[in-house]
Amino acid sequence: MDEALLRNLTPAVLGVLVRRGADFAAAEDAVQDALVEAVRGWPDDPPRDPKGWLVTVAWRKFLDAVRADASRRHREVRVEAEPPPGPGEAVDDTLQLYFLCAHPSLTPASAVALTLRAVGGLTTRQIARAYLVPEATMAQRISRAKRTVSGVRFHEPGDVATVLRVLYLVFNEGYSGDVDLAAEAIRLTRRLAAMTRHEEVAGLLALMLLHHARRPARTGHDGRLVPLAEQDRGLWDTRLIAEGVDVLQAALARDRLDEFQAQAAIAALHADALTAEETDWVQIVEWYDELVRLTGSPVARLNRAVAVGEADGARAGLAALAGLDPALPRFTAVAAYLHERDGDPVTAARLYADAARAAASLPERDHLTRQAARLNARPHG
Amino acid sequence: MAKYLLLKHYRGAPEAVNDVPMDQWKPEEVTAHVQYMNDFADRLVGTGEFVDGQALSPEGTFVRYDGEGRPPVTDGPFAETKDLIAGWMVIDVETYERALELAGELSAAPGAGGKPIHEWLEVRPFLTAAPTVTE
Repeated sequence: MDEALLRNLTPAVLGVLVRRGADFAAAEDAVQDALVEAVRGWPDDPPRDPKGWLVTVAWRKFLDAVRADASRRHREVRVEAEPPPGPGEAVDDTLQLYFLCAHPSLTPASAVALTLRAVGGLTTRQIARAYLVPEATMAQRISRAKRTVSGVRFHEPGDVATVLRVLYLVFNEGYSGDVDLAAEAIRLTRRLAAMTRHEEVAGLLALMLLHHARRPARTGHDGRLVPLAEQDRGLWDTRLIAEGVDVLQAALARDRLDEFQAQAAIAALHADALTAEETDWVQIVEWYDELVRLTGSPVARLNRAVAVGEADGARAGLAALAGLDPALPRFTAVAAYLHERDGDPVTAARLYADAARAAASLPERDHLTRQAARLNARPHG
Repeated sequence: MAKYLLLKHYRGAPEAVNDVPMDQWKPEEVTAHVQYMNDFADRLVGTGEFVDGQALSPEGTFVRYDGEGRPPVTDGPFAETKDLIAGWMVIDVETYERALELAGELSAAPGAGGKPIHEWLEVRPFLTAAPTVTE
């Protein structure tokens, strides 16, 4: 039984049913029923056209469910009149599914859960594990989300930006459960990129690939954070880097720069350096200038200050930091780093300890505590 | 099997014997401490005694219903605000004695100078539904 094949086919089958007018929640139930039959029957009797088989069975399951509802008899007549399903649809309805799952009426958390369920084909249990919540809690969140989009017409034009935001959220959820959400986000974004020529999709895909390529070097064996400069670059996945750079260059060539492309360009410059010292910080600052221009984001300005510190010295970095809100996440950690580079370990140690107290994750807190400890333990004099 | 909550009070509880703020330790002492905690949890997973462990952010806020509108938020004047619970571990063990033994072990995590912290941990049993007796 090829589970990966079923997982890949699920969204397409679901998409067909929803486009034919099935309510989203009912379509999902029907597809699940069809999958159960596939798992039972396929090992003995594999179909020639798996997708066509699933569409046919799921559609029959949907009709059965509708038929069972006596009060909807008139609707039954209408659906029965629909032409019978055939394999080999020309359009890929999965694209529409992406838009539906990222519908603006959903909260980001719900959109993420629904996307993983409907487009990713993950089970509720897998999604619950990834988010470290009880399965019943996740089941509720998903069924609430399904109810929210049940009235949405399938052909409403979607907003690519919202879809990308959802995929990026999935990517950034990281690696907590037994499902690797970062890898899952890349898989979904790859498929989205194959369906649409949208340059923003390419930018996001490139960014994810370039970040993901560095993942094996980002944490030590005991889960501790390894900063970029100290990472073993031999652990970086050169195949992913090459792919990310290719995708990025193709996107940049179309001359419609956006936020994701700019971020990917920065990641590509890091990936390009064989050692931390060889990093082209001057070019990175230029890309951060673009990013700040495109987004005006305070986080982009904060990261820019780090790059300025590397390109033009710690003093310049501190100057770039001066106008920013100290309440920004990681502001204190950046200030600590720049003060240390500026030759002020006492201030830096104090700031690292402050930053550790405000850290949002355990590995980050341990890392910052270690930085403070390192400076406090240095020989005085 | 009974579940117990091990509460780690870094502040608010009686002072630990080896009470040095973590940023005053040597970096390798911090690493050793983290390693000890991870190993401890891994070992309890291995024995089937681990249920859950979480670390908490040191900042908390008091909130209450106060009529219509947004609830008021304060971080004082309650003394408890700084009576910090750093985190917890839930274990599922055969006996109360085993719970005490594990808490003692957790309290021996290495700190400054590589010596055990000797911090106080609170061990509290979970309340459970009354067992159904069938004859």
